[in-house]
Amino acid sequence: MNTAYLYSLIAVVLLGLLAYIGAEAAGLEVLFGVIIPYLALIVFLVGFANKMLDWGKSAVPFRITTTSGQQKSLPWIKHNRFDSPFTNGQVVVRMLLEILLFRSLFKNTRTGFAKDNQHITYKWVLWLWLFALMFHYSFFVVAVRHLRFFAEPVPFFVSFLEQIDGMLQILLPNLFISGVVLLAGASLLLLRRVFLPKLVYISRPADYFPLFLIIGIAVTGLMMRYISKVDVVRIKELTMGLATLQPSIPEGGISGLFYVHFFFVCILVAYIPFSKLMHMGGIFLSPTRNMANNSRAKRHVNPWNYPVKTHTYEEYEEDFRDKMIEAGLPVEKE
Amino acid sequence: MAETPKPEELFQNIDHSLPETPWEDVPPDLSEGRFCYPTKKKNLEYLDLPTTTGGEWSPADEQWPIPDNWQEIIHQGFKDRLEKYRSLKVFMDVCVRCGACADKCHFFIGTGDPKNMPVLRAELLRSVYRNDFTRAGKILKKLNRGRPLTKQVLKEWFSYFYQCTECRRCSVYCPYGIDTAEVTMMGRELLSLLGLNINWILEPVANCFRTGNHLGIQPHAFKDMVDFFCDDIEEITGVRINPTFNRKGAEILFITPSGDVFADPGTYSFMGYLLLFEHLGLDYTLSTYASEGGNFGLFTSSEVMKRLNAKMYAEARRLGVKWILGGECGHMWRVIHQYMDTMNGPADFGEIPKSPITGTVFENAASTRMVHITEFTADLIYNNKLKLDTSRNDKHVVTYHDSCNPSRAMGLLDEPRYILKNVCNNFYEMPENTIREQTFCCGSGSGLNTEEIMELRLLGGLPRANAVKYVHDKFGVNMLSCICAIDRAALPPLMDYWVPGVGVTGIHELVGNALIMEGESERTMDLRFEPLNEETEEDADE
Amino acid sequence: MNDKNKIIAGLVIFFLVLLFPFWFNLIFGAADASTAPEPKLTDKAKEAETCVAETDHMRTEHMQILDQWRDIVVRDGKRVYVAENGKEYEASLSNTCMDCHSNKEEFCDSCHNYTSVDPYCWDCHTYPEETK
Repeated sequence: MNTAYLYSLIAVVLLGLLAYIGAEAAGLEVLFGVIIPYLALIVFLVGFANKMLDWGKSAVPFRITTTSGQQKSLPWIKHNRFDSPFTNGQVVVRMLLEILLFRSLFKNTRTGFAKDNQHITYKWVLWLWLFALMFHYSFFVVAVRHLRFFAEPVPFFVSFLEQIDGMLQILLPNLFISGVVLLAGASLLLLRRVFLPKLVYISRPADYFPLFLIIGIAVTGLMMRYISKVDVVRIKELTMGLATLQPSIPEGGISGLFYVHFFFVCILVAYIPFSKLMHMGGIFLSPTRNMANNSRAKRHVNPWNYPVKTHTYEEYEEDFRDKMIEAGLPVEKE
Repeated sequence: MAETPKPEELFQNIDHSLPETPWEDVPPDLSEGRFCYPTKKKNLEYLDLPTTTGGEWSPADEQWPIPDNWQEIIHQGFKDRLEKYRSLKVFMDVCVRCGACADKCHFFIGTGDPKNMPVLRAELLRSVYRNDFTRAGKILKKLNRGRPLTKQVLKEWFSYFYQCTECRRCSVYCPYGIDTAEVTMMGRELLSLLGLNINWILEPVANCFRTGNHLGIQPHAFKDMVDFFCDDIEEITGVRINPTFNRKGAEILFITPSGDVFADPGTYSFMGYLLLFEHLGLDYTLSTYASEGGNFGLFTSSEVMKRLNAKMYAEARRLGVKWILGGECGHMWRVIHQYMDTMNGPADFGEIPKSPITGTVFENAASTRMVHITEFTADLIYNNKLKLDTSRNDKHVVTYHDSCNPSRAMGLLDEPRYILKNVCNNFYEMPENTIREQTFCCGSGSGLNTEEIMELRLLGGLPRANAVKYVHDKFGVNMLSCICAIDRAALPPLMDYWVPGVGVTGIHELVGNALIMEGESERTMDLRFEPLNEETEEDADE
Repeated sequence: MNDKNKIIAGLVIFFLVLLFPFWFNLIFGAADASTAPEPKLTDKAKEAETCVAETDHMRTEHMQILDQWRDIVVRDGKRVYVAENGKEYEASLSNTCMDCHSNKEEFCDSCHNYTSVDPYCWDCHTYPEETK
């Protein structure tokens, strides 16, 4: 039994308690409300840029596109432009489909064994694709919506997004779909890792930690909005202080729950550059996806290409000249 | 292996349940039959590659003959490769272990061994990477599941990087395009730094370096073998063909894997090529120096790959040909399509390939100057340049196996199909999740086509065989066509074991059968000297 | 290398988007953006001293109370709300709340706008300015 998730769960719970006690009992609002957020942002920016540039520093010696469709060859054979892109424009479309629609996950199948008739079966399964899409898009919407706390006046696209996100017009305050979908998406992804044996077997603490953290963020966020209400005006005062570089802790205080939520976000942000969450940047640099399948038409240059020892024709002929002459094969030197 | 169980039994015994023990603590199975034999030292010495410190050794040995500072060597090698290959660095960092790749690997499907899941195969390297090269790994140590490089890890690498055929199927499904072939190649390069190579790869490499082909066929013998084919062709068709060798001034240099020259059923495809070229009156020549299309260097290291591949351009330049035509081969085309021009180019000979028969200019090969034979032939058929009698293939009910490399490292999918549909009347596709870019490996690619791991190969080839069985049962398919020399060597035993009654053929064998040659005598036999029209399912796969 | 420029360009764009709040507020923001608006009390409200509940409670829960009022009035037909301190109020937004807080713009809207909240109270209810 893989207990990796326990470490991660405990870590997240402890972090939450730390922030709650820190803000509620120890009076460390400045630490959790100002210092850590700024630090987290700096760590993220520096770490993220660093990682990307570090990847960029490594060479791309060969054009190793994974082709998932018909190459461009003869004009009358239908070229699959986006699975086997030939031009950079087609590569961009392939990348967009991958990044925006998770196209590769959309192809996922599940292998099954029918032992009675000895057939192996492959079933098209979209659960992972669906959960991933739910999770990523709702997270994105939630993040954009939060700009209402970081911009004054609140930009039109934020209000617009809120209208769409709240179109169900149920509950009070009005329910935002994205928040619930985020919690559901993250939870479903977590459940896969807890209940599917293969997933349990391959998962590490680092796979559970961000999920628990994000679930923590979603839960505290939903709680503040729907259950244990917090004073959003004061929160915005705090966040606007951060955004205008005039940080202050608003008078009257804010619920400890907010500090837990905010601390989780800070941890997540600072954690990204050092973790698998860097896939958000890495996907852009994946050589099997971001290169055109045109290496026979257009030469790719390897920056570290170096001369190697080969066996030249002269050496070869030297070795076999007599036999070649005897067999009537042409030679350079008689 | 003599004790290989019956197919039904082997199938029933495949166990996908997972062990209680975390994978890091499960030692690799290095018992006889589960590993490829290590290379003879002379091959390494001949190639000036690092050697082991001892004499003959076996992976089953407790102690391996490696230098005392082996960890340092690997660490440095790893570091170098992280700088030289962005693919490696990104793939080490971005995997989220979503599990999409897990059941895509033919070796995992066949063996049920969790470390054959692509994600864990990569974790074998990744765990060391985390420990040695990442900040989080240095701080969190075991909690981050990092692993110091121990001898057990090394043994694991040897075991599992030689249980991957670099087929790239997993890479199609990975949301980040993580390519296990790339990981395996790096793993093998690292092992190679200690002289830990397998003989089935290194012997062909050494042979190829010296004689120009994997089998070590010397120039005069190569010519003799081709002459034999010409005799056979004459007997079957009444047409005498006299191909030229090493001829300067020919328009086209033709290179095909040497497997087509020495091993059935590849030889029949070689006869098909010869018939086709004769039919066209093509101005081409064969080379004894560049007499190998395949490149087992690809399975060793990028440097060895380059050393072997250099012969193609060198020979094209020496002979002054306009362009190169390449035969049916899988990994050969990965090298040509994705590596050759970069490694040994730019091509400083000839011109952009242009079919002398149809006038078609192969713009897609403008820089590399090398055209795939199925591109060439498809173009001929499309332009009505071939006289074909498709009924000569009527006894065959054909399906097509996409070879891994042409499909996932090239995108050559419809050209062979177009040819097939024009040279035979009975063609059926296997189920869609097992063909085209989703094709399953024969289980023996990347140099694993060796006898001592036969059971592993049968298990690795099971998904392919099972899909063939499906069309065999449903449509009576009795002929599995492919465009890869390793397939032609590996699929026959695979078929005999899992789907008896199905033969294996190259595309150009079927082309050769169907071609109506000028001045030919009436054909009663196919290129295998078997009767053309009889219902001879049993005979076909003898 | 060419790649490096592309990566840097990508990073600059990504960071610009990410740091939106910082430059947006600098360019478009009000000078006192980080000071939260203080809901203005009318003289009548000041005189009353307490609302139907404690101020802090009202700051976070007023929408819940209004929701509750709507339910008891519309569904149960009860028009009287008994507060924590035992005082009775008519459960009515227009007649009770807006009797004191007749300055919607300065009282309600100031905070709602600040936090981008768009309540649907006035989809149905009219507010004092219009009744006058």
